[in-house]
Amino acid sequence: MAPQLLIVLVFFFWPAITALRQSLYVQDAFGLGETFAGLANFTRVLASQSYHEALFNTAIFSVSVALGAMGIALLLATMADRVLRASRVYRTLLIWPYAVAPAAAGVLWMFMFDPTLGVLSRALAALGVHWDFRLNGHQAMALVIIAAIWQQMSYNFVFFLAGLQGIPASLLEAAAIDGAGPWRRFWTITFPLISPTSFFLLVMNTIYAFFDTFGTIDTTTSGGPGGATRTLVYKLYQDGIVGLDLGGSAAQSVLLMLMVGLLTLVQFRYVERRVQYH
Amino acid sequence: MRYHRPNLDVLAHTILIIGALIFMLPVVLAVLASTQTPGALFSGTLPLWFGGSGLEHYLTLLSEPVRGVGVPAWQLMLNSLLMALGIAIGKLVFAILAAYALVFFRFPFRRCCFWLIFVTLMLPIEVRIVPTYGVVADLGLLDSYPGLVLPLIASATATFLFRQFFMTLPPELMEAARVDGAGPWRFFIDILLPLSRTNIAALFVIMFIYGWNQYLWPLVAMSSADHATVVMSLKRLTISMDGTPPWHLATAMTVLALLPPVVVIVLMQRWFIKGLVDTEK
Repeated sequence: MAPQLLIVLVFFFWPAITALRQSLYVQDAFGLGETFAGLANFTRVLASQSYHEALFNTAIFSVSVALGAMGIALLLATMADRVLRASRVYRTLLIWPYAVAPAAAGVLWMFMFDPTLGVLSRALAALGVHWDFRLNGHQAMALVIIAAIWQQMSYNFVFFLAGLQGIPASLLEAAAIDGAGPWRRFWTITFPLISPTSFFLLVMNTIYAFFDTFGTIDTTTSGGPGGATRTLVYKLYQDGIVGLDLGGSAAQSVLLMLMVGLLTLVQFRYVERRVQYH
Repeated sequence: MRYHRPNLDVLAHTILIIGALIFMLPVVLAVLASTQTPGALFSGTLPLWFGGSGLEHYLTLLSEPVRGVGVPAWQLMLNSLLMALGIAIGKLVFAILAAYALVFFRFPFRRCCFWLIFVTLMLPIEVRIVPTYGVVADLGLLDSYPGLVLPLIASATATFLFRQFFMTLPPELMEAARVDGAGPWRFFIDILLPLSRTNIAALFVIMFIYGWNQYLWPLVAMSSADHATVVMSLKRLTISMDGTPPWHLATAMTVLALLPPVVVIVLMQRWFIKGLVDTEK
């Protein structure tokens, strides 16, 4: 007990409280003195153009990653659930990307999309699309989204497959006897029954897109070109570690904490409800 | 019978096989590219089979200092291994002890302790990266193994899982042990630990992968090459002045970085699935 409490206090609460305190102060350029500034850091951050851009990028990025990774995973899990005997084999073939570091996933897809020798950029060139993610912001965003989907899909696949296999076969058989085809069965029985799993995964995918993808973005686009792939966490890193703007980055930390806190709260309410009704 | 449709099964297999191939494609291409000579790779034709360099790039990376990093890749891999093991074992030890205290002992502020640990679930290290750096710097732990590992141990997932598990054990178990004269320590070693074996294995796999794949924290806190990890060093090979990175080395390095955790996940799949599904419940 005591060791974990100590670790948590020193490496969690101390930093969190420092962030809270720093977010209320303004440091001078040499880090020698600081003055109390109230909410000035927050208003400065919230009013800045670059924060709005990062917020927008994060929204686009998380929604695309969550929908893409969950959609593909649900499709593959539904198929794997059909072919029961072989589903374990497919599971092995599909879960390993989870073990690949987000940073490494970024490098793999950066190679596929390399403007001069990437397989996919050549295929695109053959279709008449000029591909250079180093110059085109939309293409850079597409690159990191694809790399993140590739990595996160396996996580969703595990949960969807477990959810699907938990659906009683008798329900589906009854529907089949009543004349419901596979398509109809999926939308009227399977889909509603796995909606708790989907909701849980939506929150987890959002958290993944917010935080874990830092490595993906840093190894491939470094937030560029021109800030096109700069997400909230990437901006926090650039302002705080590279730019040494302590007050501003602390305010961003606190804002991010609030966002995650909100997500966790939503998640909890849902967990509680599930415990009560199932 | 309507329920069983063979041609749908064929469709399912087709989609799954295509899916599995697409997911494998980036790694296969990286492995192939890593065996090409730079000349063949940059000549412009698509290399679709193993190239002439064989394992040469891997041996170069492992034995000579990596460009932009300063130490050979074997040392980076060793650091990654130490970090992953440190995080996995550290988290397990702290978590199991904390859960033991929370479930089996009554002490003042027990609920308060529980909530203190509990809120850490919410915040990944990326959010508190700047102040954490400050704290670790104040403690003089930058560029050291404790500095690399300790801040990443501060999390509650594992504590939770063990707490849940301990609470499912019947109280009679502890009473029986007490009647037989076993003290709290004895009960922990001889009864709780053996019962938790599967949970420990499952969590170990998850935490090992989590630890190995850490990127931002080592990048920020480990500025000297002696403590650099393989994942955080990937970027040194993908940035370049003239636009095109040295892909023959970058792909080889990526393969080195992803191989150990992928091997772990494939070999220990059963534990991994259990760990993944359990930690999120």
